[in-house]
Amino acid sequence: MKPPKPISTKSKKKPAELALIAVVISWIFLLILMPLYGIAKEVFHNGLHACFASLNEPAAVHAFYLTLWLTVGAVAVNTTLGIILALVLVRQEFKGKLLLDGLIDLPFAVSPVVAGFMLITLFGPHGWIGSLFEARDIKIIYAFPGMMIATLFVTFPFVVREVVPVLREFGVDQEEAAFVLGASKWQTFWQVTLPSIKWGLIYGVTLTMARSIGEFGAVLVVSGAIINKTQSATLYVHQKFTDFDYGGAFAASIVLAMLSFFTLIGMQYIQKKKV
Amino acid sequence: MGISIQNIQKTFGDFVAVDNVSFDVQKGELVALLGPSGCGKSTILRIVAGLEQPDKGSVFLNGRNVNSFSAQERKVGFVFQHYALFKHMTAEQNIGFALKIQKKSRKEIANRVAQLIDLVKLHGYEKHYPSQLSGGQRQRVALARTLAAEPQILLLDEPFGALDLKVRESLAGWLREMHDKLNVTSIFVTHDQNEAMEISDKIIVINRGAVEQIGSAREVYEHPQNKFVASFIGNINVIDAVLKNNSIVVKGTTYALGSRRISENLANDIVLLVRPEDIVLTQEGDDSASLPSTIKAIRYKGGFIEIDLLVNGVSVTAFDFTKNEWEINQEVFIKFKAFKVFETVDGHKAIRQQLEHLGYIE
Amino acid sequence: MSVKKTSSGDLVLRSFTLGYIGLLIILPVCAVASEAFKEGVVTIWHEVTLPQALVSLKLTFVMALIIVTINIITGTATAWVLVRYEFPLKKFLNALIDLPFAIPTVVTGIMLVRLYGPKSIIGGFLKQFDIEMIFNKPGIVLALLFVTFPFVVRSVQPVFLEMEKEMEEAAQTLGATPVEIFFMIILPTLFPSMLTGAALSLSRALGEFGSVVIVAGNIPFKTLVAPVYIYGEIESHNLPGATSVSLVLLAISFLILVAIHFFQKWSRRHETA
Repeated sequence: MKPPKPISTKSKKKPAELALIAVVISWIFLLILMPLYGIAKEVFHNGLHACFASLNEPAAVHAFYLTLWLTVGAVAVNTTLGIILALVLVRQEFKGKLLLDGLIDLPFAVSPVVAGFMLITLFGPHGWIGSLFEARDIKIIYAFPGMMIATLFVTFPFVVREVVPVLREFGVDQEEAAFVLGASKWQTFWQVTLPSIKWGLIYGVTLTMARSIGEFGAVLVVSGAIINKTQSATLYVHQKFTDFDYGGAFAASIVLAMLSFFTLIGMQYIQKKKV
Repeated sequence: MGISIQNIQKTFGDFVAVDNVSFDVQKGELVALLGPSGCGKSTILRIVAGLEQPDKGSVFLNGRNVNSFSAQERKVGFVFQHYALFKHMTAEQNIGFALKIQKKSRKEIANRVAQLIDLVKLHGYEKHYPSQLSGGQRQRVALARTLAAEPQILLLDEPFGALDLKVRESLAGWLREMHDKLNVTSIFVTHDQNEAMEISDKIIVINRGAVEQIGSAREVYEHPQNKFVASFIGNINVIDAVLKNNSIVVKGTTYALGSRRISENLANDIVLLVRPEDIVLTQEGDDSASLPSTIKAIRYKGGFIEIDLLVNGVSVTAFDFTKNEWEINQEVFIKFKAFKVFETVDGHKAIRQQLEHLGYIE
Repeated sequence: MSVKKTSSGDLVLRSFTLGYIGLLIILPVCAVASEAFKEGVVTIWHEVTLPQALVSLKLTFVMALIIVTINIITGTATAWVLVRYEFPLKKFLNALIDLPFAIPTVVTGIMLVRLYGPKSIIGGFLKQFDIEMIFNKPGIVLALLFVTFPFVVRSVQPVFLEMEKEMEEAAQTLGATPVEIFFMIILPTLFPSMLTGAALSLSRALGEFGSVVIVAGNIPFKTLVAPVYIYGEIESHNLPGATSVSLVLLAISFLILVAIHFFQKWSRRHETA
């Protein structure tokens, strides 16, 4: 067992160390905190009430609802599939597993615009899959389904990536014990496996939510940003901005920023539980 | 004077880790710091090395007060329990590290490393990384690495703690050989009394941050100065008793002490400590000094038999070397060849050094 | 982990997931690749070498490399400070680092505009020195620094936490100065994780869209980065244009993924069993 790591107490730091701490704190302060201040200033300047007032227009309400549904969908689908995929990756051996593992990270590495473009190519009216639906007059691109797929794409890796290490560490011992005691696979999953990955799972879901709410590039490309029809909250902000309606853009941004804050707090809380 | 520490005090928050500890280590001695887990022995060692700063007290190395010297400046060799090898360097590079820091030439480093590889017998493993070596091999690399710097003083923190029993035993003996060859003043920390007794010149017994006794293996085993040392070193039976009219009374049975006298001004409540090997079993009680008892358990240990007995409601364990056949529930008689007597109040005062070959007379 | 014989249930799960991944990830990539082939290599090459496209790619790369360099230094320094020291508000600061992960990119853009735009205090102040942040290169740098900041920190931090303090103590007892310890012991141990963080940073910087499009707009040859260029091409229905530059970015994404995989393997090479 390692001896406890002694942490420098305030009294014992050398000037060079203090300088380093000061520099790092200033960097974080300037880079991260300042922009937040910009938004906060706006809120206090105009008052929250005024902000929400400008958000009463139907386009705004619709945009936020759309974001809500996209988030719900992304969480539902990617959590389920994320867990299944994690189980497959950790518990099964097969050829090509390594490749699969790498592919999962692709949505992280790809630019959102490129992602959107790939999806248009596939699901657009002339795409391999899109054309099949086009024949039945079902729109995927420039409609909700397309936006849903885009959101699924960019949020795909989160749950898997968070559950896999937890599952790996958990090991099969407890599951085997359950089998021996007579539990079925399903019972074992619900009562033994799932509780063990609980916090990793919740963290992954939180990240998924944050990303769905915040996704812009892919959804923009795929949706055509048709006001009141295919405009999510982030698209709404963008449109207001390009229309020089700064008030509207800020108002919506503030709401999104507040959502992010709660997400961030949630993330910190869950991270502690994960350990 | 090799190492001298005086009145060292160290507290972590509310916890007193080292409580006014002083001792000396002569130049060239190999000394064991022995004690149970958490007794502060590692902290003491780290203070000597300069890895911790004491709240009070001083450390003298070769006569010099090194309190203001950092670990880097003290030139003390330190071997860690978990080796602390540099994982990204090969065995060679680990061993040559100190010399590289001293900016020695490549040739010189290569020569010295080769010498040390020879010393620790790790031929063929020079280019191995720590992850490719066994525990015992890693410890030998750690030792070689420390010796490369030619330290005047060597400190080892539970060097064999993380190893298997057999490896531990062979490495302990090997450490003693190494020490005799190089004659470097050394302190090693251990909780294993066998290790301490086997290879050290002197044992410093530590408990709860304080020194309990300092002496050779023989001294601490045969003449423990208090109850802690007596019960920590080796096996011992602890029996509560009462002093009465120059006799010892154990649960109603009296042992007269005859001409030998126990000092008069003592509390009545005492404690009797008897080593299992000092208990003799006989079929027949041959004098009033023999106690009737019943055998409760028998364990064959190869060279001797370990027997649990019930004597007047008191449990004792004896080592029997007679090679007799004993049976459970057999009624036998036991005699104490020797025992120690301490005052009960935290068993700290030895009443007499020993009552060797006496026990009881009549 | 025991290797069991694959049951039918296992196979169902496996096919389900493979199907999902196939549909969601593999097929779209193939679709773009096939589209490129349809256009033909000549057209693709022509589109990629258009001045606007080239400049946008070059701008994207230069920006990204600047960002990554800065991040390696600031990220490692931040991880160091967080692991080594205690100071007031440390928990708060540690939480803040994750903010770029939680906040939508467009909101980042809006915040930066609000803070550094021509009408703001800072923006007005900087304008005196002829420095314009918004709709200009500095703005892009700022936006990218914000969104990529957490990557190096979070890659290095856990490795640093895991690192045995005893290795440093051992080096001390062997006579090494703090500087020597840093360069000979700590840095080599942290290096692979620094590279992983850098690669993740690079990947994000190359593909960043939302914040850049707001802060920098899309002024050709000046602030037009590759993702924004692609978007422009899509909007103007120039399929070959969009496909070609997308391919370049996709290829680089793949390369980065492979590199990250190797860096992570490299960082584990000396793990003791």
